Amino acid sequence: MAQMNIIQAVNSALHTMFERDPTVVSFGEDAGYYGGVFRCTAGLQEKFGKHRSFDTPLAEGGIMGIAIGMGMNGLRPVAEIQFADYIFPGFDQITNELAKLRYRSGGEYSAPVTIRTPCGGGIKGGHYHSQSPEAYFTHTPGLKVVVCSNPHDAKGLLISCIEDNDPVLFFEPKRLYNGPFDGDHTAAMVKWDTHPKGEVPEGYYNIPLGKAEIVREGADVTVLAWGTMVHVAKASAENNGIDAEVIDLRTLVPFDVDTVVNSVKKTGRCVIVHEAPRTSGFGAELSAQVQERCFYHLEAPIERVTGWDTPYPHSLEWDYFPSQQRMAEAMRRTMEE
Amino acid sequence: MSEDGDTNMHVPVPPHREGGTAFPSPHDIPAGHHDRPPIDCNGAETRDIAYGLLRVLNDDDEAVGAWDPGLDADTMRAALEHMVRIRAYDKRMMMMQRQGRLSFYMKCLGEEAVSVGAAMAMEDRDILVPSYRQQGLLFVRGRSLVDMISHCITNANDNVKGRQMPVHYSWKEGNFVSISSPVGTQFPQAVGAAMAFAYRGEDSIACSWLGEGTSAQGDFHYGLNFASVYKAPVVLVVVNNQWAISTHRNLAHGGPSFAGRGIPYDVASMRVDGQDFLAVYAAHQWATERARAGHGPTLLEMYTYRGDSHSSSDDPTIYRPGDGYESWPLGDPVDRLKAHLVKLGEWDDERHTALEEQCRLEIIAAYKEAETHGTLKEGPFPPVSTLFEDVYESEPWHLLEQRGQVGI
Repeated sequence: MAQMNIIQAVNSALHTMFERDPTVVSFGEDAGYYGGVFRCTAGLQEKFGKHRSFDTPLAEGGIMGIAIGMGMNGLRPVAEIQFADYIFPGFDQITNELAKLRYRSGGEYSAPVTIRTPCGGGIKGGHYHSQSPEAYFTHTPGLKVVVCSNPHDAKGLLISCIEDNDPVLFFEPKRLYNGPFDGDHTAAMVKWDTHPKGEVPEGYYNIPLGKAEIVREGADVTVLAWGTMVHVAKASAENNGIDAEVIDLRTLVPFDVDTVVNSVKKTGRCVIVHEAPRTSGFGAELSAQVQERCFYHLEAPIERVTGWDTPYPHSLEWDYFPSQQRMAEAMRRTMEE
Repeated sequence: MSEDGDTNMHVPVPPHREGGTAFPSPHDIPAGHHDRPPIDCNGAETRDIAYGLLRVLNDDDEAVGAWDPGLDADTMRAALEHMVRIRAYDKRMMMMQRQGRLSFYMKCLGEEAVSVGAAMAMEDRDILVPSYRQQGLLFVRGRSLVDMISHCITNANDNVKGRQMPVHYSWKEGNFVSISSPVGTQFPQAVGAAMAFAYRGEDSIACSWLGEGTSAQGDFHYGLNFASVYKAPVVLVVVNNQWAISTHRNLAHGGPSFAGRGIPYDVASMRVDGQDFLAVYAAHQWATERARAGHGPTLLEMYTYRGDSHSSSDDPTIYRPGDGYESWPLGDPVDRLKAHLVKLGEWDDERHTALEEQCRLEIIAAYKEAETHGTLKEGPFPPVSTLFEDVYESEPWHLLEQRGQVGI
């Protein structure tokens, strides 16, 4: 085992898969020689050659288009979109082409593309470097959607994404790259080396898609989260003495319905948290699913704690970012009933 | 087979990535080489300039040829003063960023003439739809330094209410459109703005800028095509500063000229020495006159060099070692205009040093004044009540409900 942060874990997953499978290639803006603006692809070009890890023109639509072409013709591309906020010029290629290729060809063609992209806020990035656009993609049949929350999972999940024969969006919360973050921006930066999930095997392993992880067991309320919010929710429960069961979904599509349903049936209460705006966020889908499957076990209405329905602000970031306090209030509201 | 072994895939590599002096070969096209086509020419008639280089200032610091705009000394001194002030501003702001008094910054070192020449060749009523490295436009149009700095600190005086990262200015009074981080989106928008002028029968024009790296985006091509189809009164500028963060220009285009991309769209297109203020001014003057007279769009490639990092977040020594701005073969815009004025007997080192000092003090004073409206660390920032404003013109029920949850 080695100590890694998420950047190193992603990098390790890529090195591992480049070694194992010569059809795996990686590309993106500044992702070749420079190794990516967050350095997630560092060393790949040097070690494996500039035809396997290469720089692209600044054109997300083009990046996604060539990923599809390479994927349908025998390669296993891992495309980096520099920030999730910049994915939208590639939206048509992803949602109309990549997602539907298998279906529209009657199963003849498919493209095992992995799209890696840093997402989320907490870094003073304003609305063009802070968004969490996962719900646009969970709404598109044919795409799998994964969000990592720690180094150990990042590597195991990314390897599964690359090995998966369906297209997968792999979101990397930027605020977690260098350390876990519990939502308290005034506290000193914590690094992954003090966190058990900072222990990452150096060789090959995978974490199956579609499996959630219960990161904190509890009896009173189920909290569903992913990405940075996992850490904020866990800290909220612990700092407020709430016996919450915190579930890191890890995969949003297809999400681990059994783990979610079993937990809500046990606790009878459910709080869903995400950074993205509330309206039509993935929390809305989860809320509907929980209601449909657990209605007679629910003791209180399902609560959502989310970003507000505004663009992600710059100077007022901490008034937008779902806080431990807002989560604790929501958990308590479910327990008042 | 390539040096990578068993593959035929070509991946371009910058000629000077590993250090040394292997800049793209300096253009040996002399100043004054190109003729000046009539403003109602078609795209093909500009082909030579699109693949050549429009230059006015020669190696002896004289203005020569058909493109010499014939500016008087006062106008040129004003241009020099703008460029020196921009440079002082950038230097101070980056220093403040390094001290943690600014969260982020982007300089335009080496590219000052690109925006100063453009803005001086236009009228204030013309609409500017820039990218994030044309702060020079604001200086020419006379925006308050205190307001610019306030935006960058996102303090209570920030006119965009703390909603954007620094350098994403917006200034409607100066016809300067709000800047977006996603690259290239502004090009077709500028064409639309130009079409709106034409629709209303006005003779104002639009002008937009993007980088050569961004010219790989679809939006660049959408902009050119729509401009061509509707003969929109627009000047579209590719600032070819050679680098898009670590991505060299040879990854944005397989061919030699970004201006050359306008020719197949039948858009008049010219490559211009971006370090030569007089050439930049003359090209914009020509393109602006053409657009105003209803003869359609122009694509200008400003051939320049990004003299510093992309932003405060990257270290160019990692990806362009030895590729320093000082060895750019076409020189520096401040040095070259200064040398021209000195040659004319209209400027000297003493006045130049005094100007630099005056600008430095102005910027320091403006920064101090801006911080009276709030600092990055202490605030005051725009009030929390602004969080829900401007999402829509008025707040629908769900935003009012959420505002209630915040208690504002």
